[in-house]
Amino acid sequence: MTIDMKQFHQAFFDESFEGLQAMEAALLTLDPASADSETVNTIFRAAHSIKGGAGTFGFSEIANFTHDLETLLDQVRSGQRVASTTLIDVVLRSVDVLREMLECTRDGYQAEVAAEAGLRSEIQALLEQDEAAPPADTTVTDVSAVGHWQIEFAPHRDIMLTGNDPLRILRELARLGEATITPDVSDLPTLPDLDPEQCYLSWRIDLQGEVSEHDIREVFAWVEDECDLSIQALAQEAQVEHPSDASEAAAESAPATAAAAPAEQQKPARKDGGSIRVATEKIDQLINLVGELVITQSMLEQTARTLDPVTNELLLSGLSELERNTRHLQEAVMSTRMLPVDFVFSRFPRVVRDTATRLGKQVVLQTSGEGAELDKGVIEKIVDPLNHIVRNAIDHGIEMPQERADAGKPAQASIRLSAWHQGGHIALQVSDDGKGLNREKILAKARDAGMSVADNMPDSEVWQLIFAPGLSTASEVTDISGRGVGMDVVRRNIQSLGGSVDIESQTGVGTQVTIRLPLTLAILDGMSVRVGEEIYILPLDSVIESLQPQLDDIRSMAGSARLMQVRGEFLPLLSLRELFGVAGQDLPLDQGIVVIVEAEGRQVALIVDELVGQQQVVIKSLERNYRRVSGISGATILGDGRVALILDVGEVIRTRQIAAAA
Amino acid sequence: MNDMQDHSALAAGEPSEQGDGVRREFLSFRLGEEEYGVDILKVQEIRSYDSVTRLPEAPDYIKGVINLRGTIVPVVDLRLKLKLEQAEYDKHTVMIILNMADKVIGMIVDGVSDVLTLAQSQIRPPPEFSGVLDTRYITGLGAIDDRMLILVDIECLMSASDMAVLENAA
Repeated sequence: MTIDMKQFHQAFFDESFEGLQAMEAALLTLDPASADSETVNTIFRAAHSIKGGAGTFGFSEIANFTHDLETLLDQVRSGQRVASTTLIDVVLRSVDVLREMLECTRDGYQAEVAAEAGLRSEIQALLEQDEAAPPADTTVTDVSAVGHWQIEFAPHRDIMLTGNDPLRILRELARLGEATITPDVSDLPTLPDLDPEQCYLSWRIDLQGEVSEHDIREVFAWVEDECDLSIQALAQEAQVEHPSDASEAAAESAPATAAAAPAEQQKPARKDGGSIRVATEKIDQLINLVGELVITQSMLEQTARTLDPVTNELLLSGLSELERNTRHLQEAVMSTRMLPVDFVFSRFPRVVRDTATRLGKQVVLQTSGEGAELDKGVIEKIVDPLNHIVRNAIDHGIEMPQERADAGKPAQASIRLSAWHQGGHIALQVSDDGKGLNREKILAKARDAGMSVADNMPDSEVWQLIFAPGLSTASEVTDISGRGVGMDVVRRNIQSLGGSVDIESQTGVGTQVTIRLPLTLAILDGMSVRVGEEIYILPLDSVIESLQPQLDDIRSMAGSARLMQVRGEFLPLLSLRELFGVAGQDLPLDQGIVVIVEAEGRQVALIVDELVGQQQVVIKSLERNYRRVSGISGATILGDGRVALILDVGEVIRTRQIAAAA
Repeated sequence: MNDMQDHSALAAGEPSEQGDGVRREFLSFRLGEEEYGVDILKVQEIRSYDSVTRLPEAPDYIKGVINLRGTIVPVVDLRLKLKLEQAEYDKHTVMIILNMADKVIGMIVDGVSDVLTLAQSQIRPPPEFSGVLDTRYITGLGAIDDRMLILVDIECLMSASDMAVLENAA
């Protein structure tokens, strides 16, 4: 019987990428001064299982590369080597290379990663400079091949349940050299008590031959968490100089950690033992189907409204039951797409570290609110904008240590990433304690770019200018920012997710960029309004109020523009009919309805014919088969099967301003 | 000639096969007095005309969007697109739902007639109007008895800038 190994490839890649992520996270927390053994273990284990998997599936490049890395990490783990900054750096870069190699292999390319060879030789160089290994020079036993080893191998009782066969290991050992194997049968129970699936034996192996400790450990690679293992070199004359205490201590400490590891290692694995991997398409399909169900349900409900409630009591109560169940089903299905923000935040320690190091700045990253959940689709699309904002903050916002010291600030700057829920939205904030935005510089740049700006503009409007296309205030182009991808792209990306971005800044104190995003891209609480024959959906969270205007609240300005006075404020009055070119005439103003909507801190009053109602709508893409339409964020299907367009309030307000400015 | 064959091969979405042996099927439809043909492999379904939701800022020949079993599909009035005289919609007016590349669109025509099989020898190259008429979307003229079928490459026709996925909106 042959098993198609391909079916396991995806699982291997998924797990390997997760492993790399864990490695990266652990590496970043690793303090060179006092390496925490559990953290080192985590890193080692990840590398180890990638190597094992790659070997099993025949991805030899990956296996070979990881092999050296693992050797290096193993030495750190057993205390033979100190996790220096150089070492951490090399391992971090190895993580990148591995990720690239895995991606290549997964996508079926020849895994030829440019940096690989260089990095391998760096690792090997590190491996070779053993003598440099500080402090109490525990000369490494595993590199120098020793002729005589004594191995004690005591598998745990349930080792066979893990699919490992102790005999196979013994056979492999015997292949390494001349092995004298003595079994220890003292634990063997009497026959009636014997469970044939348990292993009661342990072995003592006397191995002679030119083998290194590493080679021996290699044999036990798959079982080291399932056994007590001790490997000792029986010193010959040549090795007498070796501080055998130290090497024994090192050897002894390895089984100790190995023995302690299973308990701790398996805990996290069990925690998510109740989850399964599901392809995103399957979930999306489910969401689509539920969306259809919601539409069908509301169609039924509308039809049923015309029925006599007395004679159709059973049917109607059934329908209201259906409505409730549909809603719950929809919520449940939606929640399967939700992921904690941590998925985004967790990559930033690395971004911050790399960027800050390259710029010679000292930055510490703090995060909060990682548990807040949002849609996977939103998460994936917010990574790049957030990345850009953070790098920008480090590059432009944060000063050099000296400059900070002169300003009386701690040399180490801080960047804070936080997330919190706000109504139907999630807010993500990047705040730094840098020098803040430079008002004059922005205004000057804007003028250079030919924008009409006034010196007395309020700060909030000045800050918005940095989102204008082609405005980068960096005096010189660095490789961190200023590569032509500006804040305008950031804002556009965020807006395409139905979100908005705001900036607050104070000179010398710092800058805060706040992104507000909808929790999900799939549904929206909307208010439906009628204009002529058409129904439009206004996102409910942008609706402030709706009212019937009084004629004397309406003022005209500069002839054509109309303003409406609402609670002491003058708001621009727009006709949705004119905006979208709907046929017909607006009702006389005092008979129509005005809806006050707000986006990005600005309000306008929209004239509509009628308010139809509030409902939750399933957002359908207009771009799927058509293109983006200015002022429209998407479409939905109404209860009667018709299509209604969803207004992009922010864009409506912005285009109006551009029109007004022109 | 070669150019034309490349075009028609592209329209069929398959590697170009030369020679008379290749026979292709076209759905023929009417626009006023003219008869057009579109590659049958692009046709997903034919529906009766349904009311559409109009789109702001759309060119006049984009009538709006319809709900096709949960998907939003734009609808093009082919008469207006080809700058023919506008027609009133009647009970014969139908929508041909077409699959082009990765998009689905609806096309309003006066009525569909039949499915015709044309051999390569029955397809003549399109006439040149050098600049007077934009005829790039016409891949050829099909001749069957005394009927003339104007064969259109729907992707070419619809890939004008107005159907582009993204415009440069701020």
